[in-house]
Amino acid sequence: MSTATETLEHDEHHEHHIPKGITRWLYTTNHKDIGTLYLWFAFIMFLIGGAMAMVIRAELFQPGLQIVEPNFFNQMTTVHGLIMVFGAVMPAFTGLANWLIPMMIGAPDMALPRMNNWSFWILPFAFMILLSSLFLQGGGPAFGWTFYAPLSTTYSNDSTAFFVFAVHIMGISSIMGAINVIVTIFNMRAPGMTWMKMPLFVWTWLITAFLLIAVMPVLAGAVTMVLTDKFFGTSFFDAAGGGDPVMFQHIFWFFGHPEVYIMILPAFGIISAIVPTFSRKKLFGYASMVYATTSIALLSFIVWAHHMFTTGMPVFAEMFFMLATMLISVPTGVKIFNWVATMWRGSLSFEVPMLFALAFIVLFTIGGLSGLMLAITPVDFQYHDTYFVVAHFHYVLVTGAIFSIMAAVYYWLPKWTGKMFDITLAKWHFWCSLVSVNVLFFPMHFVGLAGMPRRIPDYALQFADFNKWISLGGFAFGLSQLIFLALLIKACRKIGEPVSAQVWEGAEGLEWEIPSPAPYHTFETPPVVK
Amino acid sequence: MTGTTEGKSNNKLVVKLLAVVVGMFGFGFALVPLYDVFCDLTGLNGKTANSAAVFDAMEVDESRLITIDFITRTNSGMSWQFEAQTRQVKVHPGELHQVDFTVTNPSNRPIVGQAVPSVSPGPAALFLNKTECFCFEQQTLQGGETVVMPMKFYVDPQLPDDITYFTLQYTLYDVTSSAQDIAMKSD
Repeated sequence: MSTATETLEHDEHHEHHIPKGITRWLYTTNHKDIGTLYLWFAFIMFLIGGAMAMVIRAELFQPGLQIVEPNFFNQMTTVHGLIMVFGAVMPAFTGLANWLIPMMIGAPDMALPRMNNWSFWILPFAFMILLSSLFLQGGGPAFGWTFYAPLSTTYSNDSTAFFVFAVHIMGISSIMGAINVIVTIFNMRAPGMTWMKMPLFVWTWLITAFLLIAVMPVLAGAVTMVLTDKFFGTSFFDAAGGGDPVMFQHIFWFFGHPEVYIMILPAFGIISAIVPTFSRKKLFGYASMVYATTSIALLSFIVWAHHMFTTGMPVFAEMFFMLATMLISVPTGVKIFNWVATMWRGSLSFEVPMLFALAFIVLFTIGGLSGLMLAITPVDFQYHDTYFVVAHFHYVLVTGAIFSIMAAVYYWLPKWTGKMFDITLAKWHFWCSLVSVNVLFFPMHFVGLAGMPRRIPDYALQFADFNKWISLGGFAFGLSQLIFLALLIKACRKIGEPVSAQVWEGAEGLEWEIPSPAPYHTFETPPVVK
Repeated sequence: MTGTTEGKSNNKLVVKLLAVVVGMFGFGFALVPLYDVFCDLTGLNGKTANSAAVFDAMEVDESRLITIDFITRTNSGMSWQFEAQTRQVKVHPGELHQVDFTVTNPSNRPIVGQAVPSVSPGPAALFLNKTECFCFEQQTLQGGETVVMPMKFYVDPQLPDDITYFTLQYTLYDVTSSAQDIAMKSD
C-alpha cells in the first residue's frame, strides 16, 4: 500500500464538482453514484417482479381459471423468479457493495471504476430483452426460472433466444461486478486494515464474489447448451441424440446451489453490522463468523443434487447429498447463535434497521428449518415440487435476503442522504411487511404438506381457504412496499432531520467517521486503521 | 491509474480472475463428457454400452435365474408401433439370448428412428452386454413397412447377487429431421 498516497494525489486533480444532468449517471465512475443506480434499478425490478406476483396471487385467489391463461400464468411464475433473483436481490447487494465496500475499507473508490460503469449499464438492456419477450407472439419464457430441459428446448417457443441472451448479459454484469469487488478488497484496503479487521459485510461479499466468478460461467454454459440444443441441432439434453435431460439438472444446480448462497451471504454481513450497533456490544465470535461463511461457501459446491432427489439417484448418492446438506446447518447455526450471543446482555434499542434485522434472524431461521426438513431424502419425496418448497425459499429469500436489504437501506440511508428518513413511515413499512409476509408465506407450508403442487394456475377445492389468505397476505405485502417507495422518494429529496457523522449511537466502522451525507469523494487520503 | 504499481497489481489480479471465469465456463462444458464417463463407470443412469460386446462362451451360472422385463415406448410425436415379441425372459447369467422387436411405420413417408435403451435399476446396466442391437444405429423405415429387429444379449455372471430382476426399456425417437440435416451436409 506504499503507493496509495501517490495514487490518491493523482485523484485530487479530478473534478471536485459533481457533474449534472443525465450524463452524470450515464458516464459516472463514482462508486456512490453507481451504488445508487444499482439500488434504484433493483427496487424498480422488485416492483415489476412484485406486480407479477400480484398477477399470480390474483389468479390463485380462488380455484378455477379466472384472470389469466395458464400459459401466461407460467410466464408470470418464470419471469417473476428471474426478475427477483437476477434483477432485484443480486443488483441490490451489488449496489450495497458499491456504496459500502470502499467506505468500509478506507478506499477512495472501486478498483476498476470504468468496468463498474459497464457492469451496471448493461443490466437495463438485459431486462429490457427479457421483459420484451413477454410481448412477442407466443409470449416469453414459460418453463420456470430453472429452465429444465426439455421444457426449455423441445417444448419452448422461439422467444427462448431472448431469455438466453438476457441471462448471458446478466451473467457478464455479475461477473464484472464480482471481479471489481475482489480486486478492490485485495488491493485497496487502507493501511492497517488487515484481513481479520475487515467488517463482516466486506468479508461476506468477498466470498460471494468468489462464488459468483465460479458459478456464473457455468450458468452461461448451461444457457448456451439450451440455445444450441434448441436452434442448432446439438443434443446435450436430448436423449435421441445421445444426450441426457437429467444432466441439465446437474449442470443447472451446480450453478444453482451456490447461487442461493450468493443471495444470502451478503445478508449475513449486513446483520452482523446492524446487531452489534443496536446492542452496543462488539460482534460475538468475529473469527468464527468468517470461518462459518467460508465453510458455507465451500459446502455449497457439494450439495447440488438435493434439488434432484426424485430423479432416480442411487441410495448412496441420496445419502451423501442429504448428509452434506444437513452439514450446512452447522456453520449457519454458528451464525445465528453468534447474533443471539451479541444481543445477550447488550443494551438493546429497537430502531428500524434493528427491527428488520431481528425479523431476519427469526424468519430466516424458520426458512432454514424448513430447508432441513427438505434435506431429508425420504420426506423430500413428499415435499418435492409442492408449496412447501415455495414457502421455504420465500422465507429465506424474502424475509431473509430482502429483509436484510431493507435493514441495510434503513441503516445506511442517513449516511447516504445526510438526513434521517421518515421514522413513522418506516415503522409502518416494517409492521405492515412483517404481518403480511407471514400471512402470505406461512400457510404455504400447510397447503404444501397437504399436497398442493407449485407452478399451477388452478388447484383442488380443499386448498381454497388457505389460498385466499395467502393471496390477501400477498396483496397486503405488495401494498406495504409502496410505503417504502414513498419513504425512499422522500429521503432522496433530502427531507428530514440532519444526522451526525456517526448517525447511530454505537455504530462503529470507517463509514461512520466520514461526514453525513457522505461526500462525493471520500478517503482521498487513506485513513489509518489501528 | 495504470502505470502505477497499484494499477499493475490490479491488472494482474484481473487477468487471474478472468482466467478463472474462462476456466469455469469451460468446466460447464467439461461436465458433459465427465457426466458420461461417470455414468459409464458406475452405470448410474441405466445406459447400456453403445457398441456391441463380444461373446465368448463362458461358464453359465446355472445356480441363478435372472428375470428381465422388456418395455417399449415411443417418444411423443413418433408414430411407429413398437413392441417386444417377448415381454419377459428368465436367463442364467452367461447365457446368450435373443429377443425380437417388431416395429411398423404406419405413416406414408419414410421416417428415421433411434432407439435409446435404459435399464432400471441402473447398476444392472453395466452387466447387460449386447452382442447385437438395433439400438446401435438409426433405423430407416419406408411408409407402411414392418421389420423385426433382433437383440442378442447375455448377462455378465459378475452381476451382483442382490439383483435378480431388472427392466430394459427402449424408447424410440423420431430423428428424421436431424438425419436429413446430416445427409444434406455430407452431400
